[in-house]
Amino acid sequence: MIDRGYYNGFGGAYLPEILVATFDELVEVYQQAKNDPNFWKEYTDLMSTYSCRPTPLTFAGNLTDHFKGARIYIKREDLNHTGAHKANNVMGQGLLVKRMKKTRVIAETGAGQHGVATATMAAKFGFECTIYMGEVDVERQRPNVFWMERLGAKVVPVTEGSRILKDAINEAFRDWVSNMDTTHYVLGTACGPHPFPEMVSWFQSIIGKEARKQILEREGKLPSRVYACVGGGSNAMGIFSGFLDDPVELVGVEAGGKGLASGQHASRLCSSDGSIGVAQGYKTYFLQNDDGQMKETHSIAAGLDYVGVSPILSNFKETGKARFEAATDKEVVEAMSLTMHKEGVIPALESAHGFVTAFKEAPEMKKDEIIIINQSGRGDKDIFTIADAFNDPEWRDFIIKKAEEYNA
Amino acid sequence: MLESYIKKRLAKKDILLMTHIVIGYPSLEDSLAMVKAMVEEGVDLMELQIPFSEPIADGPVILHANQESLARGTSVKKCLDFAEEVTSSFDIPFLFMTYYNILFKYGVDRFAEQMRTKNIKGAIVPDLPPEEGKDYIDAMKQNDLAPIYIFSPTTPKERMDYLASFGRGFIYCVARKGVTGLDTSFSDQLGTYLAQCREATSLPLALGFGVKDKDDVDFLKGKADIAVIGTQTIRLMEKDGIGAVRDFIANLNEGL
Repeated sequence: MIDRGYYNGFGGAYLPEILVATFDELVEVYQQAKNDPNFWKEYTDLMSTYSCRPTPLTFAGNLTDHFKGARIYIKREDLNHTGAHKANNVMGQGLLVKRMKKTRVIAETGAGQHGVATATMAAKFGFECTIYMGEVDVERQRPNVFWMERLGAKVVPVTEGSRILKDAINEAFRDWVSNMDTTHYVLGTACGPHPFPEMVSWFQSIIGKEARKQILEREGKLPSRVYACVGGGSNAMGIFSGFLDDPVELVGVEAGGKGLASGQHASRLCSSDGSIGVAQGYKTYFLQNDDGQMKETHSIAAGLDYVGVSPILSNFKETGKARFEAATDKEVVEAMSLTMHKEGVIPALESAHGFVTAFKEAPEMKKDEIIIINQSGRGDKDIFTIADAFNDPEWRDFIIKKAEEYNA
Repeated sequence: MLESYIKKRLAKKDILLMTHIVIGYPSLEDSLAMVKAMVEEGVDLMELQIPFSEPIADGPVILHANQESLARGTSVKKCLDFAEEVTSSFDIPFLFMTYYNILFKYGVDRFAEQMRTKNIKGAIVPDLPPEEGKDYIDAMKQNDLAPIYIFSPTTPKERMDYLASFGRGFIYCVARKGVTGLDTSFSDQLGTYLAQCREATSLPLALGFGVKDKDDVDFLKGKADIAVIGTQTIRLMEKDGIGAVRDFIANLNEGL
């Protein structure tokens, strides 16, 4: 392995020896695909016929009037098949699996979005599919488990560790070291050992490519700032990719949870709680203790509830290429509510983190400035989680009545 | 030196035994009792695993032991103190086994110095291939410690040569794909693989992953120099206590 995927010291491939040959193969297939112009065409054709690409860039006129500052645009990744940007990565990796002639895919999932997306891809391409999901997440995300199973995937609850996303990743690696001859691990975000951070960012770059073209067509100029939430970092890398060579400020928003001072958050880059470490095969900022043991994280949005972050974004933090902020659970619910009332669009709780910071900054900006917020996913399909976040009493009554029906 | 110790020992025994514990599981006292039982029944060297929250190369049994140990407050400092205690009490070579983040956060140079002063002979760091481990390799060399490298059945010949060029002490050959503690078939195929490993290096060969009884150890005689018993002793301890581990090791060591 020659190119080990370093970004200013972040990244790398800290692999158990048993996986080295598998990664060598993956790097080779990825490089071939990247150098093959037909591959990107095949990919965009697939995404325009199976998913909803190009996704629209929506002018948020009412929010713009409300804040009386920058003109606000929303990139609508929520309109992808399965309701999030996850489809971009999953379908891209699916095409690589076909090239590698493997017959089985595995994936980790936290909230379940990536698991559902992977299950659709596996169904479409005829792959066997196993999804690892922390037991805690299985309990709180039953609707997504339902869909994964209906789509033909096997969902394995992970009962070790803190039983959330990071533990599901470890378990997927454990499966992979046994079954790599037939199996590809569809990692869901721009983290993990090389080539995943680069490869996932490449598939997600379709977001930024479209957004840049769309804003130039619509406004004839570039935005001043682009906002995206940051969990693992794949949707942020996706939209940022379109503007890396432009005078555009890139703003990543992490999960502030109950506030940075509470220690209950998932802000690896913008809080002082993160430090550089090596786990799950790559070097980046982690939320860990002084011994290097990973800490528990918290966010209202399961998709942001992760101890590590893309090494490419860690590099952006170090070099100042992007700015990182945090949004608290409370601010997220408010921003989501405002967005629904003013625009009739329903961002996922994850995506709403980007809206929080955009809403704080838009009023201070000039009226001829433009901002784009990446709406990485839709909220309406996560009705159980969001109804809880809004503490909706009528929903609660409905569920209780429903439960009584089942108990009857 | 670790390598010369192993070779000297091999003049007296057909195959050596290396065992493993997770420090602090189920408690530091029990860990010490495990070491004592194992050394007294004749194991030739031992791995002391410093627990880590994300042990991706380990299977369910050792993973669980890592988590339990951490939950009971095992810190890196306590592990270093433990190492000092066992190396001053027992006269066999001890190695650390852990994941790279433990060394990285402690400071690789500082960690290697600690190993030397605590009289630890080497380390197995399964998530640190030589490509990522220049600082580690240098620090180990500086402190006259053995970095143990791993061969797997998927490792091509050229890479075996490459890995062996950094290894000291011995090479740890993983018997099969997968994680620790699952079944391994001790077959002709394994013999062929070990012959390939032998061709790639003059260092002694340890064979681990799935070694669980006397038959497995006997099978490895003449094919490997060290049989590694990891998960099996943890299972035994959990089920029947440390006394059972003692009997198990005594049985394995019989006639070697």
